[in-house]
Amino acid sequence: MERFIEIVDGITAWFGKAFSWCILIMTFGVGYEVFVRYVLNDPTAWSFDISYMMYGTLFMMAGAYTLSRDGHVRGDFLYRLWKPRTQAKVELVLYFLFFYPGVIALILAGWKYSSRSWRYSEVSVMSPANVPIFQFKTIIVAAGVLLFIQGLAQICRCLICIRDGAWPKAKEDVEEMEEVLLRQHEREILNHGSEAVDVIVPEGDRK
Amino acid sequence: MTDPQIAVMMLGIFIMTIFLGFPISFTLMAMGVGFGYYAYYDAERMRTIFDNQIFDLFVNQTYSVMANDVLTAIPLFLFMGYIVERANIVDRLFNTLYLTARNLPGAMAVAALATCAMFATATGIIGAVVTLMGMLAFPAMLKAKYDTSFASGVICAGGCLGILIPPSIMLIVYAAASNVSIVKLYAGALIPGFLLAGLYMAYVVGRAALNPSLAPKATDEEVGSYSALQVAWMLLTSFFPLAILILSVLGAILFGLATPSEAASIGALGGLFLAAAYRSLTWERLRQSVYLTVRTSAMVCWLFVGSWTFSSVFSYLGGEHLVSEFVLGLQLSPILFLILAQLIIFLLGWPLEWSEIIIIFVPIFLPLLPHFGVDPLFFGILVALNLQTSFLTPPMAMAAYYLKGVAPPQVTLVQIFKGVMPFLSMIVLSMVLLYLFPVLALGLPELVYG
Repeated sequence: MERFIEIVDGITAWFGKAFSWCILIMTFGVGYEVFVRYVLNDPTAWSFDISYMMYGTLFMMAGAYTLSRDGHVRGDFLYRLWKPRTQAKVELVLYFLFFYPGVIALILAGWKYSSRSWRYSEVSVMSPANVPIFQFKTIIVAAGVLLFIQGLAQICRCLICIRDGAWPKAKEDVEEMEEVLLRQHEREILNHGSEAVDVIVPEGDRK
Repeated sequence: MTDPQIAVMMLGIFIMTIFLGFPISFTLMAMGVGFGYYAYYDAERMRTIFDNQIFDLFVNQTYSVMANDVLTAIPLFLFMGYIVERANIVDRLFNTLYLTARNLPGAMAVAALATCAMFATATGIIGAVVTLMGMLAFPAMLKAKYDTSFASGVICAGGCLGILIPPSIMLIVYAAASNVSIVKLYAGALIPGFLLAGLYMAYVVGRAALNPSLAPKATDEEVGSYSALQVAWMLLTSFFPLAILILSVLGAILFGLATPSEAASIGALGGLFLAAAYRSLTWERLRQSVYLTVRTSAMVCWLFVGSWTFSSVFSYLGGEHLVSEFVLGLQLSPILFLILAQLIIFLLGWPLEWSEIIIIFVPIFLPLLPHFGVDPLFFGILVALNLQTSFLTPPMAMAAYYLKGVAPPQVTLVQIFKGVMPFLSMIVLSMVLLYLFPVLALGLPELVYG
């Protein structure tokens, strides 16, 4: 099961990270547009299409990667007080109830939507450059499939946690600066830590 | 049960499930699809179980998030923020501003506040500002025998200014959620943002002048002697580059020279340039910035995917109408409505993060605004002011916890909260001022864009 989680995390992280470089294409593409518009007085016809396609692609393809790093926002002020085993049990049920219906609908509906677009090789109507967008609509299906397999890995994580009583350790990855700095200070990371208790017992400098 | 009652049930179940701690964007998606399947159920069209309009609606909403021209600015501004955050600029900025302000009362607190405000404006990331300053300026202030509460209040409150002062990411999210022009929102937030920063500054200087024991003046030996020319050179290499970066991004947007996403990519390019000039642009840091950008963008934008699906099903079932009728039935006066709305948003800030509040809950208030004659732009600025409090008040005062995490062990949370209190009251004061003089928020957009 650990092996399966590792493989799935690897796949979704690879896609998420590969497509995250779209941000550089986007930065330079849009920067180029501003340059040619003001300096050369010759705006491009494709810049706008490129910018929203890069944006849409990068965030959709990173959905599963973000899930694997527990990056999707959750209202966790009760959740964090529970024991890991309770967290895992609740989460296991909710993956079937609240995760898969949406993700499966996304794949199926996205399939219909993008195959229609492929049939007539749809191009963008936002600009006269006739930038094709059928591949962009296919991203919906791809993002859904990535989420689908990541969901399986998350379910495995829950099962491991129910078995062992602790969440399996996540693989190392880039982290927000504050998390890195806080760890350097050898304090508990704020994630699912003790701050609720900390408010009640403020004097005790809990490690 | 009638459809509107189902809609209210849908909202109720959703609010309950938030407390279970499941990632909210997926909860919204699944509940939108589930209730939508019921709402759009049409027995005559059913040949297979997939012949339901909800699937078309879902994918259309998803696509409209993907092709949204306001939200494109989000990854770009995040990228700019992560790059600037890693450009080793904070310590230079703080030291320079301290030398510049050394003759003012509470000079170090003034410098810390100014550094926080500038850095928060450029990065828009609260956690990083507070932790970085908590490691740099906070020990320096404690060493100079500043009062612990006073020093912690300055850093926590200053770090949160980035939510309000443009180019703020929160305002982009509000613009996408409310269809208010982001350019006008930025223009509207400018004066209230400077008003709040000015109030903070006046408080810091005033308090230090009245009670010098809070912030003892450093002797010349401690500061070291620098000629005016040296200080000017330090300003030129640390303060002005960042100030010019911020001002050019803002100016390009406000004068209509560039769209927010264009200005953001210029900002990101400028940030890359700045980092390179400070010799802190490494492959590793670029990689970190890119991956963090994509994760934060995914968090915000998937929330939009879920929320737009959920809310269109909610209003199709008539839930929105029912909420409007209910609130209008209360016969509230506009001011009471405004206070109540802000109070609810303030309370939501305890358990929830700003992204959830803006994307999911603020849109419930938006259709009510015309009934009470409240400008959605004005409302947005109030919300941005209000949400700063959610980072500063327990039980989820993230800014205070970040500071506590990096502060020396003897600093307690109670001391931090005590120091934050005066700043909280200034946030409330500026909300009141804004309500009494709406021109503070509405004047500039009207002047510039008619």
